[in-house]
Amino acid sequence: MKKFIALFLAALMLLSFAACGDTDTDTSDAASTGESSSAEKAEFKVGAIYINSKNDTAGYTFAHHSGITSAMKQLGLNVDTQLFIVDEVPEDPEQVRAAVDTLVGKGVNIIFGISFGYIDALEAAAKEYPDVIFSHATGYKSNETNFNNYFGRAYQARYLAGIAAGLKSLQTGNNNIGYVAAYGTEYAETASGINGFALGVQAVNPNATVYVKKLNAWADEVNESAFAKELISSYNCGIITQHCDSAQPQIAAQDANIFGCGYNSDMTADAPKAHLTAAIWHWDVYYKTAMEAAMSCGTADKFVSTMGTPAYYGGLKENFVDVSPLSENCAPNTDTAIKAVRELIISGEWDVFSGVKLTITAEGTVTKADAALVDNAGNEIVAAGGASVADGVITGTMNYYVAGVVEA
Amino acid sequence: MDKLGVITSFIHNIIVFNIPLLYGTVGEIVVEKSGSLNLGVEGTMAVGAIFGYIFGCYANSLGVGILVAFLAGAIFGLLFAALTVSFQANQNITGLTLTTFGLGIYFFVGNSVKSTGWPVMADYENVKEGFADIDIPLLSDIPLIGRGIFSHNLLVYLGIIIAVAVWWYLKHTSLGLRLRAIGENPAAADSVGINVNRMKYIHICLGCGIMGIGGYYMGLNMSGSFNSSCWINGYGWIAVALVIFANWSPAVAIFGTFVFGFFNTLRVSGTSIAAAFPETLGWLADIPAQMYQALPFIITAVVLVVTSIRNKRGSSGLPAALGLNYFREDR
Repeated sequence: MKKFIALFLAALMLLSFAACGDTDTDTSDAASTGESSSAEKAEFKVGAIYINSKNDTAGYTFAHHSGITSAMKQLGLNVDTQLFIVDEVPEDPEQVRAAVDTLVGKGVNIIFGISFGYIDALEAAAKEYPDVIFSHATGYKSNETNFNNYFGRAYQARYLAGIAAGLKSLQTGNNNIGYVAAYGTEYAETASGINGFALGVQAVNPNATVYVKKLNAWADEVNESAFAKELISSYNCGIITQHCDSAQPQIAAQDANIFGCGYNSDMTADAPKAHLTAAIWHWDVYYKTAMEAAMSCGTADKFVSTMGTPAYYGGLKENFVDVSPLSENCAPNTDTAIKAVRELIISGEWDVFSGVKLTITAEGTVTKADAALVDNAGNEIVAAGGASVADGVITGTMNYYVAGVVEA
Repeated sequence: MDKLGVITSFIHNIIVFNIPLLYGTVGEIVVEKSGSLNLGVEGTMAVGAIFGYIFGCYANSLGVGILVAFLAGAIFGLLFAALTVSFQANQNITGLTLTTFGLGIYFFVGNSVKSTGWPVMADYENVKEGFADIDIPLLSDIPLIGRGIFSHNLLVYLGIIIAVAVWWYLKHTSLGLRLRAIGENPAAADSVGINVNRMKYIHICLGCGIMGIGGYYMGLNMSGSFNSSCWINGYGWIAVALVIFANWSPAVAIFGTFVFGFFNTLRVSGTSIAAAFPETLGWLADIPAQMYQALPFIITAVVLVVTSIRNKRGSSGLPAALGLNYFREDR
């Protein structure tokens, strides 16, 4: 009997080997007979390290995964055979390292790491694997050859959403605007978003106040809902916006018969009666640019020079960020005003954090005037007529709120 | 800013956000009084939530939702009962397994339905309006506390009614007395002719059904928006601790829920209160947010220590046979 079991197990093992072998040949077949014309394209492999599951249907990882797959499709790459993912990787250097090793073992040409905390592990890996390109979202480290970082001017999109909110507040006569934020001044990412939005609101409605309530977590759905409800009931907010993943704040706004501006994705479907417009990302814009550079640069060490910068920082101009299509809840002339300001930003004529203030009327006309940029403690950030705050401040050290923002 | 309104809103929030804990706690008390320790509260609530929400929407009826949530929880309880009562499996392990299993079902069913079109609560008038706040006449007009305490949705009142009913059942009915006897000493109860296994089955299912309704409440309170995180969000675990805080009394559980809820809700309302009363309560805004996040759990830990000291003095409601499987042939 024992012998029989041993034989059976041995046979099973053989079978499993055969099964492995089969998949291997399948993959190589698919790769070699891929539709793409150039051999280089067919052999190009993309690696990605995600913080959450690749199967998510909403949220941060979902946004990046959609961006990567969409960019690959645009470039004619095969998502099934040319994309390798290690997901649910926590921000722990050893686990990031293990993920990198796995992907390098698969022979990927470029690795995208999407979470901020991967920063040191990716920097070290870039040194160790000079033949592989490393590209890090939201980070600030890079080298001159095979390691870059990428992020976007979300504050520009926020400013446009702020205009929609400002016009709506003029229409409803309620000057209180609530902001459910993951964090406040602790991170430049959140602070610049809040400030961009508040400046957009004030360009239209100088009497408006933006009440910021901090979750102290990047994602916390139950409290995202609770915080929005609290802003509505205690601060009598008429518009709710957010820097958090779920659509809960927008749904809370709809339940209270008020309005809201979402984030990350068009939330009009989640709250059709409340949602105005959302500041959104087009991650595929960067991923396409980066993959094209990676395929054309020849060797990995020329990647950064091909990209032209070690820190990609796209905005409205690159179509990396934008606002979602305006819903029918928007006040009249919102479209006109946003179009005009978008053009000012895209042409490079004006930017949000500068010594020039825009004034937008309810009719949608936009006028420029020199005015100092002041924080909410009364300190002058930029003198009247002064140039825009440096990119490094917006991404790294902005730790104040502009006038008109109150932490609630 | 309406200063008194902030206080009213705070009181309102304490109740609205923490009632699911009461369902979880009362359900677990019913289960534990039968001598079974079910650590699967989180999973049971998740199962009740997802089935209750989906069927409630499809039927466009809050009542159907409550019924389905109860049944889903009860069926999940039946699984626990079958494994631990009939098959004598370890209760702790089974409970933990059911938590994982329940969350798995939650995401599996939720994602499957989402791929074919998620029912949006706002489209189902009867569910939405059934969950709207109901003012209790006269009482809800009391200044300051009226709207905070006496203007809530149907499920809040139902939760309180269930808690009181279970308290009365355990304390003042002969069936309740038999149930408590099983929890204390199943062999003795058996010897006087109580059908131990049948009583255990019934009360495990009943308790888990109550938990299921609590899960349904969480789904409704999140406006049924299904995303990558679970509606239950750890409330099932807190309920397990609250059972000990309540000393296995559903009446104390009502009090315990709101004490815990007070600290839990400070995270949401603390800074608003500080802004409304800057001179007397302004210090609330200076407490670091991480402290607010940790506070409910610190309170839980303190309460567990205090109750364990109290229990040593002999006034414990802890069923003596809790967590021990009863096997008739072992008598």
